[in-house]
Amino acid sequence: MPQPFNKLTATAAPIMRGNIDTDVIIRIERLVGNSVRGTLGKWAFGSLRYLPDGSENPDFILNREPYRQAEILVTGPNFGCGSSREGAVWSLQEMGIRAVIGSGFGDIFFANCFQNGILPVVVDKRIVDSLAADIEATQGAGKVSIDLETQTIVSPSGQRHSFEIDPRRREGLLQGLDEVALTLMRDDEIRAFQASDRAARPWIHLARTSA
Amino acid sequence: MEKTGRTMLAKIWDQHVIARLSEDTDLLHVDRHLLHDLGGSRGLLDLKSRGLKVHNPELTFATPDHAISTAHGRAGTSKIGQDLLAALRAETAASGITMFDVDQPGQGIVHVIGPELGLSLPGVTIVCGDSHTCTHGGLGALAFGIGSSELTHVLATQALIQRRPKTLRARFEGKLPLGVTAKDMILALIGHIGAAGGTGYAVEYAGSTIRDLPIEGRLTICNLSIELGAKMGMVAPDETTFEFLRGRPYAPQGALWEQAVTAWRQLPSDPDAVFDREVVIDVEKIIPQVTWGISPEHVIGVDGRIPDPGAVDDPARRAAIETALEYMGLQAGAPIAGTPVDWVFIGSCTNSRLSDLRAAAEVARGRKVAAGVRAWVVPGSETIKREAVAEGLDKIFTEAGFEWREPGCSMCLAANGEVVAPGQRSVSTSNRNFVGRQGPRARTHLASPASAAASAIAGAITDVRMMGR
Repeated sequence: MPQPFNKLTATAAPIMRGNIDTDVIIRIERLVGNSVRGTLGKWAFGSLRYLPDGSENPDFILNREPYRQAEILVTGPNFGCGSSREGAVWSLQEMGIRAVIGSGFGDIFFANCFQNGILPVVVDKRIVDSLAADIEATQGAGKVSIDLETQTIVSPSGQRHSFEIDPRRREGLLQGLDEVALTLMRDDEIRAFQASDRAARPWIHLARTSA
Repeated sequence: MEKTGRTMLAKIWDQHVIARLSEDTDLLHVDRHLLHDLGGSRGLLDLKSRGLKVHNPELTFATPDHAISTAHGRAGTSKIGQDLLAALRAETAASGITMFDVDQPGQGIVHVIGPELGLSLPGVTIVCGDSHTCTHGGLGALAFGIGSSELTHVLATQALIQRRPKTLRARFEGKLPLGVTAKDMILALIGHIGAAGGTGYAVEYAGSTIRDLPIEGRLTICNLSIELGAKMGMVAPDETTFEFLRGRPYAPQGALWEQAVTAWRQLPSDPDAVFDREVVIDVEKIIPQVTWGISPEHVIGVDGRIPDPGAVDDPARRAAIETALEYMGLQAGAPIAGTPVDWVFIGSCTNSRLSDLRAAAEVARGRKVAAGVRAWVVPGSETIKREAVAEGLDKIFTEAGFEWREPGCSMCLAANGEVVAPGQRSVSTSNRNFVGRQGPRARTHLASPASAAASAIAGAITDVRMMGR
């Protein structure tokens, strides 16, 4: 069940390279197994964060203070493209990230964020760039505020930007709603759909084999 | 109200709406749910921990592909891979879900077996915890990848909450030039509109070239939709589709078949349907494609030169090219052909079907893999493996020095210990040339099966048109 998201004022780290895919966010071998959750935070951005000998790459932004404390990422275009692995979101969450701000995200990554109570904010690329510049001007000391209720972000220098979000998803995040439980409340509708669809498209509804 | 034509997306979507949740978001029925070894048992265990049961086990199918070894006898499957396989067996059996197990017909890469078994049909909704689920759109299905949470939601409810995407029609027109394949067509489109060009859209591939393509080519095209950023890609069903599906194990039979085909003929977009975006590609201008960088949009014709960041004004684009060239160990401005390779990988949900193997074998026949190159052929399914063996393709490959493997995802994503070593260069028929995709610091060039086989023989990235076949 996702954590509710309401307001956040936190350190933000710009990672502005375009097309950062979910393979780069978390390598697949970290996700092989049924008990990987809780182990992923230190492996997020592994290929950027660590040198081949395993030591920290001092040039990578999330290895520098104060960005090490970041709870917000400001990202380049098409962040989270590629694989559907929800482990990408889990790994960000486990390293303390609660929101990502960018001009566009991979569709599946975007959906996975909401499932975990992470807020993805889509704003114009111009705003993303100015936010990143504003953060860098304070060497990361200036915090970014996000208010989901009023749909606004405030940059370190006090510039306010509003953002759009699907009202359903906004409500889900504000309340930390469990979609499975909500959909199961509609089980009568699901079963009614299946009954009428069985008449219209009988080839869809295969016979049940015994368990 | 003015009546306008409807897109295929709208027709399929509307047929699956259980409940309208908001202006643009619906609860959709899921007709087919496919599970694999990486996330299948995790989802079933998650469901169990919530005290829930699988809503429709008879609409759910499983197979191991991601984490199993493709070595003979599956030797080399890691301890965790073996645990995942055991868990998938136990949890599917407990839930009454059909699983196609290793060494059985039906096992294979999940996006290869769906079409092969006739589980993937026109007009069905198919989901799977894998982004390349868009592949099944090649048969006219509305198919897309989902995350782990959504996977649990589908197991519990046989439904999914989705926002209706925008529509993009990509029309390919013209006759395929010599040496140019479906893989080259879709790579060229990605190069043209970019890796985010389809984000937020469902893509419908249309035009004379698509109509002329056999189903396997259409599956390859749809497979790379996600590399355009589009979660869904589809091709309208036609006689080619029906012929492909007729008689497949899970396709409808007899009177039901006739009824289904009648319904499927209604699915194509109406002639006056309006798309949010249209792109037209002149296929006759395409030459065999190969990627040079770390995103599928980093693609050029095999006769082209590696981009020079110095010639690019936009600082972000310049930096992106510099980063890619550094990772790939390539020199700006040099011809891409002739770049020496260490590995060739023929396989994956993109290009591991029988026609892909035939195309590669045609190039490999009577030749030898260059010294110092390791070349693997990994068939997409147990059935394809057997068909290929029956027509002697395995012999052609092994005599040429390729390794002939067992079906699975293998080196496409390196979740199974099958990796390209750090710094080594591979020409791969897979779908992603991302940083580290085929192993830490591995360098991947995406290309068609014929181009990959040609590169294995030459020991360098090679224009297959120069191979004289």
